[in-house]
Amino acid sequence: MKLLKEPLWRHPEFRQGVRDMAPIAAGTAAWGLMTGVAMVKSGLSVFECVLMTVVVFAGSSQLAAVPLIVAGAPMWVILATAACVNLRFVVFSAHLRPYMMHQPLWRRMAGGYFTTDLSYVMFTARHPHPVAPDDLPTLRAREASLAGNCAVTWIAWVVPSLLGIAMANAVPLHWGLGFAGILALLGITLSLASSRLRLISAGVAGAAAVAAFALPLKLNIIVGIAAAVAVCLMLEKPGKPGASLPKTGGAA
Amino acid sequence: MMQTDAWTVVTILGLAVVTVITRSFFFLSSKPWTLPAWAQRGLHYAPIAALAAVIVPEIVMTQGALISTWKDARVFAALAGAAWFFWRRSVLGTIVAGMAVYLPLHVGLHW
Repeated sequence: MKLLKEPLWRHPEFRQGVRDMAPIAAGTAAWGLMTGVAMVKSGLSVFECVLMTVVVFAGSSQLAAVPLIVAGAPMWVILATAACVNLRFVVFSAHLRPYMMHQPLWRRMAGGYFTTDLSYVMFTARHPHPVAPDDLPTLRAREASLAGNCAVTWIAWVVPSLLGIAMANAVPLHWGLGFAGILALLGITLSLASSRLRLISAGVAGAAAVAAFALPLKLNIIVGIAAAVAVCLMLEKPGKPGASLPKTGGAA
Repeated sequence: MMQTDAWTVVTILGLAVVTVITRSFFFLSSKPWTLPAWAQRGLHYAPIAALAAVIVPEIVMTQGALISTWKDARVFAALAGAAWFFWRRSVLGTIVAGMAVYLPLHVGLHW
């Protein structure tokens, strides 16, 4: 049983995951702080804000759901909105599946739950190559690495969010501290831009997301991903599958 | 201070379920299954595409329209952050350099 093994956080790969993630924790923290402030200012009670921070753990779907909750929208509309905002995670889960399937269901669900955008991006940049399904020590090392990424993100998100809720009236929203979160994402994006096709992917996705911005429920993000992946697959050299696979962007 | 109501609490718990299901969508079934090869190759371009699709509108759009002025703190902050990244390859430096440009322009000059 897993429980008899050394805990994940003692695995050396856990520390590597923490080190990979630490440089962007400041951006996550600023973003979490502003999300906490924004939730209180939108009119949720402090208990509701705290509950949301601790259990929902998804900034963009929280920020999309809060105005709907305050406006008294039907529950199914709120949940459907959050699901659409989260559609990108469904794509990510297809990518992460080979790293998860050796675990029991509840651990797979826990692993998915804690894996945010940044953890997914950092993990797949650090480990671009798949692991054989029977190579359990390596799979265990990957688990530890992802857990290290997620631990940093969880702390860097939840603690500042709670601070933001507590100090909502002391931090003016108009300072725009949340932009630090965008800058963190920008840094990661640039660190992933390790091949010509990936640069093209970023350009196409950004342009498509702007062009499709009028779509509801942040579906422009899905349009951006789909357009970029389609264009890059068409631009790959035909007849040489994998020839243009980029090397890892490496960690920040 | 706002009142907590049960309906909102149930909605929040529902949102947590949405987080779990979307993030572990393709792990839920343990039937043997692999992605087709083209989709596996496509996934090499998905992470950067997702990030670009999130951040580009946040930098160049205001209230659903492309910005029409160069007096926007976000553009200068993003350029400063990117310049720092290409100089030092540091994500933390990107955040710090970007905010060092953003805060004076945004809070000071209201750009």
